[in-house]
Amino acid sequence: MKIKSSLEGNTLIVNLFGDIDHHNTEIIKRYIYDNMSHSIKNIVIDLSGVEFMDSSGIGMILGRYKEMSEKMGTVSLVGIRGNMERIYTLSGLYKIIKNYDTIKNAVNSLKL
Amino acid sequence: MNKMEIRFDAVSQNESFARLAVSGFLLYKNPSVNDMEDIKMAVSEAVTNSIIHGYDDSGTVRIYCEIENDALMVEVEDYGRGIENIELARKPLYTTKPQEERSGMGFTIMEAFMDKVCVISQKDKGTKITMYKELK
Repeated sequence: MKIKSSLEGNTLIVNLFGDIDHHNTEIIKRYIYDNMSHSIKNIVIDLSGVEFMDSSGIGMILGRYKEMSEKMGTVSLVGIRGNMERIYTLSGLYKIIKNYDTIKNAVNSLKL
Repeated sequence: MNKMEIRFDAVSQNESFARLAVSGFLLYKNPSVNDMEDIKMAVSEAVTNSIIHGYDDSGTVRIYCEIENDALMVEVEDYGRGIENIELARKPLYTTKPQEERSGMGFTIMEAFMDKVCVISQKDKGTKITMYKELK
């Protein structure tokens, strides 16, 4: 698993690559925590480079959503597809966290 | 009939190994990409449950697979704590560990991605999850 991130205004864009399971969610959580600052209001999690994600990933995304909601911020996803999309739907996550086809669309929606 | 059995330490770094071992075993059947992805998902959920809920510290997870014609059976077994209330554990969104950011979707996902899921558990003896899928 690989993680990269960048800042666009007050949005932290986190690009994930490889597999997301229970082993990796702790690493991702810590990475996001270490890259957070008071000025960051939104997180965009880019899953287009992710090949596999199970329910541990859903739990991790939900955890970030709860944290950002307390700061009146948002979490958005990019590139959910295949079985990831099935568990995103099955868990009801789609009702509270939006999925976009590109990072650009996710970031633009935050400016509206 | 073709069989496979593995045992490994109940540690999180073995979750990816478990997924790859089961999918690797199936390869000779030329399964569809969808079947392969479904089985990896279900195995990942079952093994993660054993690692998180089965043991306080160290333990062993056993996976046993059988293929007969196009029917796959996968058993994921641990020798740990056991599940006190299986019916409750299988409910969507139910988790005993909300503070650890668990989604409570494990059993729901296993049931959605496999044809049939059976759970046998005994307190302080362990849990055995048996999953079936017809390969297309």
